[in-house]
Amino acid sequence: MLLEVEDLHVHYGKVEALKGVSLAVAEGEIVSLIGANGAGKTTVLRTISGLRRVTSGRIRFKDRDITHLPGHRRVGAGLCQVPEGRGIFPGMSVMENLEMGAYGRSSRSLADDFERAFALFPLLSERRKQQGGTLSGGEQQMLAIARALMARPQLVMMDEPSMGLAPLMVNQIFDIIAAIHEQGTTVLLVEQNAAQALTRADRAYVLETGKVAKTSDAATLLADDSVRAAYLGVDSTG
Amino acid sequence: MKGPQTGIVLIGVLLLCALAAMGASATTAFLLERVAYRPLRRRTTSRLAALISAIGASFFIQEVFALRYGRDILPFPRIMNKTVLFHIGSGEVRTDKVLVVLAAIVMMILLDRFVGTSRLGRGIRATAQDPEMAVLMGVNIDRVIVLTFILGGLMAGVAALLFGTFFEVTQYNIGFLLGIKAFTAAVLGGIGNLRGALIGGFALGLIESYGASIFGAQWKDVIAFVVLVLVLLVRPTGLLGEQLARSRI
Repeated sequence: MLLEVEDLHVHYGKVEALKGVSLAVAEGEIVSLIGANGAGKTTVLRTISGLRRVTSGRIRFKDRDITHLPGHRRVGAGLCQVPEGRGIFPGMSVMENLEMGAYGRSSRSLADDFERAFALFPLLSERRKQQGGTLSGGEQQMLAIARALMARPQLVMMDEPSMGLAPLMVNQIFDIIAAIHEQGTTVLLVEQNAAQALTRADRAYVLETGKVAKTSDAATLLADDSVRAAYLGVDSTG
Repeated sequence: MKGPQTGIVLIGVLLLCALAAMGASATTAFLLERVAYRPLRRRTTSRLAALISAIGASFFIQEVFALRYGRDILPFPRIMNKTVLFHIGSGEVRTDKVLVVLAAIVMMILLDRFVGTSRLGRGIRATAQDPEMAVLMGVNIDRVIVLTFILGGLMAGVAALLFGTFFEVTQYNIGFLLGIKAFTAAVLGGIGNLRGALIGGFALGLIESYGASIFGAQWKDVIAFVVLVLVLLVRPTGLLGEQLARSRI
């Protein structure tokens, strides 16, 4: 397994946000994490990235225990996150945002990486000098994904990449995620858009109030009546 | 000391003084970050806590100097000859004034280039704009913050030397009002905007000087702080706009 999370407990003050989450992602997979608002999806990603302290439990990445590794060193280990809200640096240009993505790498030539980013996102190429804060939501999402890839991660975790985007753009983003996956990057995807998340993923976990309620291959969950009722807005009796 | 210097000797003396001042100031900044800021950062994200800690640290340092050197105004040795080069109207252009202006411009250009183009500069800007995102990019923000303090200390050291050379006096609390005015200049230009701070500093200086000649020198500080209050009321993002608060979408 590329990533293994074992019995993860995380607190916000006295509130227990994660009550023993276990999940695993194998190399080459797309795994989705779905669930309602407040189920703890974002907390799972933030904890794996090292932004939240673990109360108990273990996180292993490439067979190495990273539970207590400082967040900034997890990027170098091959783990990257595209956070909720995209996290574009508003006062930096598109180029500088991309350079930030490669911050942890030894500063050898980034030419190949820029080329790859602009091949994947031709739109960004036209906006190289533009400030990140002036891009549209969809452009920012593209930049956030391109920036994460600059670190050459083995695993990319994406938090709500479709949030706040127009339907056409949502499809485009999911196509890009599929393309990245095809190029050999493993993807852990957190989504409220459960229909898309389940269609595109190999496997999925359903998170409910800080616990994994269900896990299965994505096709099975897509056909599951209770999942359809709760997350796909399909009335199971109808 | 042999008295006012000129030529190569003067440059050497000034550089030595600058190095000593920068070293002392940067060391102080480094220690302050460890003692007065880092522990707070671990416990709270409140910016107010850091501000209060900064004021406390400032009083602490002032009182240490008051205990050691007393509370009176002390002379600052004359390093250079202050020859009048030429006149503009009734104003005289002296060597020390030229030095202050030139050194300030050179420092601002160097700092602007450094923060704008170096890897650490990018780390500093990323940490200022969005610290969590900086971590996700692999930035060791604790290291970036302490290096930023040291950088600030180096700049403050040069500034102190220029101030001393120009006014030739010093006192245990002479930096306090300067610090507050530096803050005013930064707010005026837009917090987080380096070029804004430069323009803010320049504008504040002009407003103070012209204000003093209109209302009288005793009103100088009042004018500076009226400007601060007005900026906060009318345009809280400063003249050039604030890069930090803008669009956290």
